[in-house]
Amino acid sequence: MLAPLREPFMQRALAEVVLLGAAGGAIGCWVVLYGLSYATESLAHSIFPGLVLAAIAGVPLLLGATPAIVLAALAIALGARVTGVGREGAIAVVVTTMFGLGALLALSPRSPPGIESLLFGDVFGVTAADVGTAAAFAALALLALRLLHGRLLVAGFDRGAAPALGVSPALAEAALLVLLAAGIAIAVQGLGNLLVVAVFVGPAAAARRLSERMLPTMLLAAGLAALAGVAGLYLSYYAGTAGGASVALAIVAVYLLVLPLGRLRAARFGRALAPAGTTIG
Amino acid sequence: MPAESLIEAAGLAAGYDGAPAISGIDFSLREGQRLALLGSNGGGKTTLLRAILGELRPLAGTLAVRASCGTVPQTEHSRLDYPVSALDVATMGTLADLAWWRRPGRREREAAARALDRVGLADLAGETFGKLSGGQRQRVLIARALVQDARVLLLDEPFSGLDRPSSKRLEALIAELAGEGRGIAIATHDLEQARACDLVLCLAGRQVACGPPADVLADVGVLEATYGGAIVELPGPGGGRAILPPHHHHPGHGH
Repeated sequence: MLAPLREPFMQRALAEVVLLGAAGGAIGCWVVLYGLSYATESLAHSIFPGLVLAAIAGVPLLLGATPAIVLAALAIALGARVTGVGREGAIAVVVTTMFGLGALLALSPRSPPGIESLLFGDVFGVTAADVGTAAAFAALALLALRLLHGRLLVAGFDRGAAPALGVSPALAEAALLVLLAAGIAIAVQGLGNLLVVAVFVGPAAAARRLSERMLPTMLLAAGLAALAGVAGLYLSYYAGTAGGASVALAIVAVYLLVLPLGRLRAARFGRALAPAGTTIG
Repeated sequence: MPAESLIEAAGLAAGYDGAPAISGIDFSLREGQRLALLGSNGGGKTTLLRAILGELRPLAGTLAVRASCGTVPQTEHSRLDYPVSALDVATMGTLADLAWWRRPGRREREAAARALDRVGLADLAGETFGKLSGGQRQRVLIARALVQDARVLLLDEPFSGLDRPSSKRLEALIAELAGEGRGIAIATHDLEQARACDLVLCLAGRQVACGPPADVLADVGVLEATYGGAIVELPGPGGGRAILPPHHHHPGHGH
């Protein structure tokens, strides 16, 4: 059990998944509650061209991911305003365009080898600086969630009544999306473009089945995400499976393990709770 | 000393994207009065409530709101799968007075608990909002408005979906709150509920009539104009009136 802990690359990978799991799990509870699971998956895929460009230019991936995610978010916001398109349509168009562009760049002759690590992550390749970034993000995200808690709660509860209670639903949702985008841009390094969504949706969806209050749900989701991250890395270490994929699969396994517990609890309290818009991708 | 006027509208028009959804609104709501906004769906009841809340600017006329307003929306608009307790929902009423970086603390939760006690729900403060009955949820939302220290309560279809005992209980609570000097505006399409109020304002995109229920509701023409249908007298000892919407008219059959 302790042998992997003596490896510096494993220490960094464990720190990365625990930090990002805690922050991603907590943010994810709002993502699931606000029905933004599909948007999360799409935002993650949309940053692919940014990642490829950063890899070609040889700069940190975060420098490519950040402008790509801002561009995707703006394009979705603008597209959603077009009559007859709507948010779902805008997301679908933007994500396909961006991912297609990324694939085009990735398959170009100038593209460096190892581009698949952008898709599936390279959690064992994270540097001490990456862990530092993850730690700073986790601290900031948890502080932001603490400050915004009441307002996020009001805006999601009844959007129409929120302004009369002194809360702007658009601002609350925008703040959540900024946190989410930053989280995706940072976590994509370890988990990859296709798998990063798991950390934001899986643990939150699992925790939602176990608790009927927001704060315990967030604590549970953060804990489950960190636990699944560690379990995934151990699996990868001993079974020789891909790191990012092992973490994503461990998260899905946690969700599946929790399902019967949620049913049991719902039956005990005489009512099933079906979280709206819960998907796992 | 006469009761103070809390809301006054004169020739008010309000709507969306510059197009009026309601027009010609003239009324005055005083302390301790209950005003029923009567009309069919799409008649403009919610538009008028939103104008009073300041969410829609008057397109014509004037609207003076001289007291703090608390909104009590339809409970169907709240999410029943939401992970909050009755106390959490009542505490939402404290946010408007808190700086954005501050979270509700013990003082705010105590105020919310007092408001829940005021609406008779102290025992259910810890219950999940979505597990409460329709009438209880409505009372939690009233408590949330009371936490805001609102002198005017704006209730949007508070009786819809409630059984008779819950309706009666809610009606008694509204009467009590009015008795404390609050002004209360209730959007409803129910004639019986309107009859229990001090004033009735009939809305059908424009103001059809406004006055005491005994005057306004006795006029069949006003009701027909309000609902855009025909009013029929119900036979039997209880009597009463029912409204036939326009699509129930059968040419050549007469009513």
